[in-house]
Amino acid sequence: MSQVNVTINGEQIQAEKGLTILEAARGAGIYIPTLCHHEQLESYGSCRLCVVEIGAGERKKIVASCLYHISEGLVVETETEKINGFRRTILNLLMHRWDNIPAALLEKYAAKSNDRFIDNMTYCILCGLCVRYCHEVKGANVLGFIGRGTIRQVVIFPNQSAKHCATSCPDGMECLNFCPTGVISSQYYGKRPADGQTLPHAHPICINEDINILEVLERVGYV
Amino acid sequence: MARLNSVSDLDALRKDILSRRDPKKTKVSVCSGTGCRAYDSEKVIESLKSGLNTHGLNDKVDLVTTGCHGFCELGPVMVIYPEGIAYFKIKPDDVDEIITGTLSQGKVVDRLLYVDQEGNVQVKEHDIPFYKHQNRVVFGNNQLIDPENIDDYLALDGYQALATCLGSMSPEEVLETVKKANLRGRGGGGFPAGQKWEATRNAPGDVKYVIVNADEGDPGAYMDRSILEGNPHSVLEGMLIGAYAIGCQKGFIYIRQEYPLAVEHLDRAIEQMRELGLLGDNILGTGFDFEISVHRGAGAFVSGESSALMSSIEGKVGEPRPKYIRTSISGVHGCPSDLNNVETWANVPVIINKGVDWFTAIGTEGSKGTKIFSLVGKVNNTGLVEVPMGMKLHDIIFKIGGGIRDGKKFKAVQTGGPSGGVIPENMLDLPVDFDALDKVGSMMGSGGMIVMDEETCMVDVAKYFLEFLADESCGKCVPCREGITQMLHILKMICAGEGQPGDLELLEEVAAMTKECSLCALGQSAPNPVLSSLRYFQAEYEAHVNDKCCPAHVCKDLITYHIDPAKCKGCGKCLRNCAVGAISGTKKEPHIIDLDKCTKCDTCFMVCPPKFSAVTKLSGKESIA
Repeated sequence: MSQVNVTINGEQIQAEKGLTILEAARGAGIYIPTLCHHEQLESYGSCRLCVVEIGAGERKKIVASCLYHISEGLVVETETEKINGFRRTILNLLMHRWDNIPAALLEKYAAKSNDRFIDNMTYCILCGLCVRYCHEVKGANVLGFIGRGTIRQVVIFPNQSAKHCATSCPDGMECLNFCPTGVISSQYYGKRPADGQTLPHAHPICINEDINILEVLERVGYV
Repeated sequence: MARLNSVSDLDALRKDILSRRDPKKTKVSVCSGTGCRAYDSEKVIESLKSGLNTHGLNDKVDLVTTGCHGFCELGPVMVIYPEGIAYFKIKPDDVDEIITGTLSQGKVVDRLLYVDQEGNVQVKEHDIPFYKHQNRVVFGNNQLIDPENIDDYLALDGYQALATCLGSMSPEEVLETVKKANLRGRGGGGFPAGQKWEATRNAPGDVKYVIVNADEGDPGAYMDRSILEGNPHSVLEGMLIGAYAIGCQKGFIYIRQEYPLAVEHLDRAIEQMRELGLLGDNILGTGFDFEISVHRGAGAFVSGESSALMSSIEGKVGEPRPKYIRTSISGVHGCPSDLNNVETWANVPVIINKGVDWFTAIGTEGSKGTKIFSLVGKVNNTGLVEVPMGMKLHDIIFKIGGGIRDGKKFKAVQTGGPSGGVIPENMLDLPVDFDALDKVGSMMGSGGMIVMDEETCMVDVAKYFLEFLADESCGKCVPCREGITQMLHILKMICAGEGQPGDLELLEEVAAMTKECSLCALGQSAPNPVLSSLRYFQAEYEAHVNDKCCPAHVCKDLITYHIDPAKCKGCGKCLRNCAVGAISGTKKEPHIIDLDKCTKCDTCFMVCPPKFSAVTKLSGKESIA
């Protein structure tokens, strides 16, 4: 593969053509925060924490670094005041869905909850890592999204679960390891329906109090 | 119908159709679009049919049931040609008088004519101010065409532009023509269609697609529906020309399931094209092959966004995809795909037929041609209006729209649908084109234009649009999903009198992030209603937050109802109508409202006779007095 020259935070970097800004930056040891990204999965672009500024002067614009591909001469800034301000706002908003965001992340961007925001503590930030892992890596569709806008949620399809979980993940619930908040769990995981029992078409994933969120995060490399 | 095997076959067919038509013959055009149908225009048409039969006028009068004429306020609408006599608000009972009077003896039925606010009567359609100031390049044929009869379209030079392109222009020449005409996307973005075509044409790949975006979802906007209902062939012809220029053999029409009449007419039109050989292999014997499939959308607003629309065509959930690679390079099934809006496509045959110079003579420096707006809200003449780009807002609202209802004062106009912005009174001289609207923080959008009067609360308006967007956001990315949720929450608190210092700054902070960081155009433009109303009506926001006052007396939590003892004559009307028994008083003595019981339903205010106007709404400091 051919190499291209890019400038990230003033630093000249050579990286493989076809990489995203995020991949190129991480390859060069430059930190960009993410919540919905995982090396094993296709970029999704939903958390928007990875936004960076590209270009210069009038033509400066903000892009999601996990989706934008590098090209020769690209100039990237990952930590401008503007970008960090947006990250702070994004984290401020997310804190009202998930009150256990890694402290290091909150501190870095001076994020804090705001009593003017309404709480919606589902602990699911809809990053889609579990859904995408199940689909992309396991080739199953046990998990999915239902609803749109503010009522969007991750659900488990019990029939699919009964069919696929035991064979796709014999050691049990690999998707669980992908959940940054540790919320994922369901009574329907991998269960086979008893004779004559009908399963609901979809069932929301629910909060699992037994999971140590920090432990999960450490394992997945978020903190 | 015989298949047309060459351009000269098409010419011959057109000649044959025209030879059987007499331009001097009386033609009655009745609107049967969705709007007029709601006013029972189908019954009017039935009465006309049977009336013409009984009076033996079938040979003398042609009855044409058409699509939308535009003046939806006064439906059902009828125009009698060649004179151009226009009748409005026609009831089935009026039909007999129209037949015995106008159609038999040329006598005009006065009570069905247009009367303006000053009482001036107009007989002819082209003298009515609503029509007089328009320039109906795309929309004008609607009232001359029965959308289910391809002959009507052919008689008006239909498919002439296609024949010209296939017969005597190379794809490059067609592309160059559309580029020179600087046709910009009518669906919202205003991106030059020619550039999109070129990008798709030059993109690598054998399979390419053209797509018609008919997923019109802005509340109150219905211009695309009306074009498809009234003149589907104009869109189809444009699409074929585009496909020829780009070099593709397959097209999709993505249309809302909620537009049953448009779907029906579109399906019929496609069937007719196929019969004539205007679709399929070797069209007009020129070697150009093209197929169309109609895809019905399931009702998500965000599916009008180009990448979400393409996901939907692929059978996936209509969620936007990151667009750092343009859909003109990688669209439906990863193939180069050119997507244009209904109105954009309908402009294409006009440009080919009339020429670039003719087209670019209309409009402004950066925006050529015309634009159809759906002019709605507190304006006298609501309906669809097509005006040259660059017409002043003032002229659209006051000359065409006839000004504000009930003599009230103009406050603002909201353009561009839910993601557009509000424009205040001191900017009414603004020439309406893509760039001018962008500059003032609004946008052209698909052409919605909602007029608001002094009794509209701008905070409430922003709240309304955010409620719509909160429902319609797909929920994929954080800025749009959480940003809209929290902005809406803050607006709700402000309207409920729970606003606090700092709320407006917080709104601005979240809005700025949502605008810059959202994944697709829905989120990126969602803060516009908040930002533009804050920009032009900040004092109104501050009144809500600081003084707990809604100056327009709209926000229920901030107003109280009060009966002015000096004005109340004790007629008892409010007392009798109050549903909760909150009003007391003896006859001929001033009444009073018990605020503890009052549910602020507005009934007393509405029923108080205008000659007294004793019931008033108070807000903020007024209430204490």
